[in-house]
Amino acid sequence: MTAPAPRTSTARLQRLLALVPYVVSRKVAGVAETAAAFGISERELVDDLNLLWCVELRSPDPYCPIDLSYEGGEIEVSQAELMDRPLRLAVDEASALLVALRMLADVGQAGAGLADGSALSRTIAKLEAAAGEAAAPSAQVAVQVDKIAQQAVLDQLRDALARGRRVHLSYYVPGRDEATERDVDPMRLLIVEGRSYLEGWCRRAEAVRLFRLDRVLGLAVLPVAAEVPPDAEPKDLDQGLFRPSPEDLHVVIELGPHGRWVAEYYPCEEVTELGDGRLRVELRTPDSRWVRRLALRLGENGRIIAPASLDEQVRADAAAALAQYAPQVADQTGG
Amino acid sequence: MSRRKTERLLGLVVCLLSSERYLTALQIRAAVPGYPESFEAFKRMFERDKEELRELGIPLETGSNSPLDEEAGYRIPRQAYVLPEIRLEPDEAAVLSLAAGVWRRAELAGAAAGALLKLRAAGVDAEETPQPGIEPRLQAGEAAFGPLWQAVRDRRPVAFAYRAAGRSEPQQRHLEPWGVVNRHGRWYVAGHDRDRDAARVFRLSRIEGPVEFSGPAGSVTVPDGVDVRETVREWDTQPPPQRSAVYRVRQGAGYGIRRYATSVRPDGDGWDLVEAPFSDVAWFAEHLASFGRSVVVIEPADLREAVITQLKGALA
Repeated sequence: MTAPAPRTSTARLQRLLALVPYVVSRKVAGVAETAAAFGISERELVDDLNLLWCVELRSPDPYCPIDLSYEGGEIEVSQAELMDRPLRLAVDEASALLVALRMLADVGQAGAGLADGSALSRTIAKLEAAAGEAAAPSAQVAVQVDKIAQQAVLDQLRDALARGRRVHLSYYVPGRDEATERDVDPMRLLIVEGRSYLEGWCRRAEAVRLFRLDRVLGLAVLPVAAEVPPDAEPKDLDQGLFRPSPEDLHVVIELGPHGRWVAEYYPCEEVTELGDGRLRVELRTPDSRWVRRLALRLGENGRIIAPASLDEQVRADAAAALAQYAPQVADQTGG
Repeated sequence: MSRRKTERLLGLVVCLLSSERYLTALQIRAAVPGYPESFEAFKRMFERDKEELRELGIPLETGSNSPLDEEAGYRIPRQAYVLPEIRLEPDEAAVLSLAAGVWRRAELAGAAAGALLKLRAAGVDAEETPQPGIEPRLQAGEAAFGPLWQAVRDRRPVAFAYRAAGRSEPQQRHLEPWGVVNRHGRWYVAGHDRDRDAARVFRLSRIEGPVEFSGPAGSVTVPDGVDVRETVREWDTQPPPQRSAVYRVRQGAGYGIRRYATSVRPDGDGWDLVEAPFSDVAWFAEHLASFGRSVVVIEPADLREAVITQLKGALA
């Protein structure tokens, strides 16, 4: 990843302090590749180099501590003295990397083997050593990744991805309380917010779909090459994992204090406080069946306001379920 | 962006790095171009510059060269300034790139990018080449994450309004934070709750409004032997299932509750009889109710009663 171009003079100073050692450690560095590494334009880079070259100290004797050239698109630093090494890592910087590395190591222990486990532990050790004291606070932040029950599922998926094979999935869809069967051409494994997913081209839906690995009931790698259509677009994770489509059903639910968790668990378009701890949430879903299940789970702690037809369905669902307890219910109401 | 200020700060860093002796403010003004003539204006600007260098993590030391010196001086010890040597093998550089991408767009994204820049400057070739087929991400979206991380890092107590589950009104809480933990994709902060005088865990998504620092840096001590992951895990873990439920499940339905069953056997008329362990009646009743007419609880009686109440609630 590239750093966003700094806007303040201190942020630019940070870049300048890294620029000299970047070139020094490589002996020679191309202008184009260096600009790319720092996430700036070649013009900005040349401006930075000129600024570095112009630094002078006036006393006790005037001198220029940095001498460099960038003839022919190649940067060389002939004199850098005390600027030849980068500044040590700040606590935030060391922590950002160490927390992420330990999270990946945790995935590895869970069996996901996202990355080579030994490379992870070696990198963590080297980074801790280089960061020194700045590494300590990172121990106070931890990300635990869900353990995946079926290690075999993950091993098979990695194998299918590595060999470009199609897989057959038995997949549980909780919203519909259904076990579904489908062939999927795997695209990638995602570890987002502690949960693991397979992203792939679902041949049944003829679309890109995400499958939570803890909901995979069974998996077989097929002796068929995966054929992900060239126009299959992976999800843009920066936009969030679940983005509603405009065609989705628009649902309004009012929640009591004990139903507020809905706003934490599901991506809502609108959340309005109604006072006394009550909330109104608006969300979109392609499937009304999970809303009906949600409403049954909420009981008196939630009420579907719109669409009204969905509320009627929920009442019918509840009545049908209650009817199965009829003798007892009748006893109570009659007695 | 002020080019002159950048030049001045750069000159200041080089000047203080190059001297093993402490330099007085006047010596610094003589050496570094860009400071104003007026002594008062210089002092103000110099104070701000020192602050900015410290914020960047530059170890600016204050001291004097001999006990006879009346005025304090400044220097940047090279030992404290430089990143120690670090060399990464290609496979190590690859996992480092993967790790740096984890925070993309999240709270520590800038810090991760800054770290990568310094490591590249140290000669590490960490490219933006994520391993094919793998994408780990964190989305520390909650507004409380930033200030809580700073509080944990700087060992400062905090105060915030918190709405506990099922509460109608948020309550003001005072916490000595020990750590921030992400578990099952949710962020928690664990620490010593000053109001309850006990260890407590809070969910970041239930913090309302700003998190405020309520004491100076360094005033929080994490007790020996505390493992924040463990603290959060204990808080978040349901007690082990101690009771057993028996319910009928329609064949071809109820996959979500069959998975944890200890036994499933046909019960005639298209139903199965399922036996499964549970711990919390209220939670389990909500879960079972969500399956609607696909599930009928046989026993225990309190669970059966709770499911009926739940379903009546949906009808009300």
